Amino acid sequence: MDLISGEKLEKMTSMEKIRLILDKVKTGRIVVLESGLTPDEEVRLIEMTMTEIRVDEFSGIEIESYPSKKEGSFFDKLFGRAVKGRMTVIGPANQLRTIEKDKYQIITKVSVGD
Amino acid sequence: MGFFNSLKVNLGVWINRIFKKKRAKIGLYGPPNAGKTTLANRIIQDWSGGGNLGSVSEIPHETRRAMRTEGVVIEANGSSIELDIVDTPGMATKIDFKEFMAFGLSEPEAKKRAKEATEGVIEAIKWLDDLDGVLLIMDSSEDPYTQVNVTVIGNMEARGLPLLIVANKMDLPEASPARIKAAFPQHAMVPVSALEGSNIDELYKAIATHFG
Repeated sequence: MDLISGEKLEKMTSMEKIRLILDKVKTGRIVVLESGLTPDEEVRLIEMTMTEIRVDEFSGIEIESYPSKKEGSFFDKLFGRAVKGRMTVIGPANQLRTIEKDKYQIITKVSVGD
Repeated sequence: MGFFNSLKVNLGVWINRIFKKKRAKIGLYGPPNAGKTTLANRIIQDWSGGGNLGSVSEIPHETRRAMRTEGVVIEANGSSIELDIVDTPGMATKIDFKEFMAFGLSEPEAKKRAKEATEGVIEAIKWLDDLDGVLLIMDSSEDPYTQVNVTVIGNMEARGLPLLIVANKMDLPEASPARIKAAFPQHAMVPVSALEGSNIDELYKAIATHFG
């Protein structure tokens, strides 16, 4: 399992983050991002995942993050300021399974050696 | 997205809101089997005089290409709004052809469906850049805290675009629209049964209010 700090993520571009996540997840690793991804990065990660799905090799990812806390302010919306991401866990779809999730906690089951 | 492009896009959104744009391109989003196409067909039958936008099935990812219908005029709350409705393929983070075989598809059919489904998810994501608002369809008998729901809502909030949650399948005994409302209290939600047409007039009023 790889825990990646918010400080490291801040220094990376969106594409670098997505590539790092997919490279790790495709080798069977679980990735925990301290500060998560922006909503736009989340959809780009899903998009990239779809292009890399291969029969009997990689069926996709399980990704879990919390819902955003609240809507941005008027000025956040006006200036298009990104909504800050929250802690996120990502893993191979065949190894990471979400048991329960709500506003405050994410409970997952990790299968090893699948 | 650069700062000035972002400012331009967001100013455009606010100007449209201030001047109450009367035509909007609305995407129907949600996980597979939430009832997006059933709802799209219902809206078109109610306001465009019949016809179906797409076929429905209990097998996930029946809709694998986005389908658009233009010029659907909805009248509610004493005003009217003209919508371009885009029924998008179900969003997912994983697609395994074996899941389709459990519904009786042969292995080649399941693999073909899986391949098309991945393309459909990409298409649904691309459409997010070209919409004025989203109807997010959720199955109210299922857990609302799915990553697809969280991601679509996060994107709409970040883009400053209007979003209306449709708590579908309220006809099922285990349906709980209240659970959806509790999960995403900052957004308007309308419980409906797209299949039976229950509470559908309330949805049309909400559409006129949100997107008109």
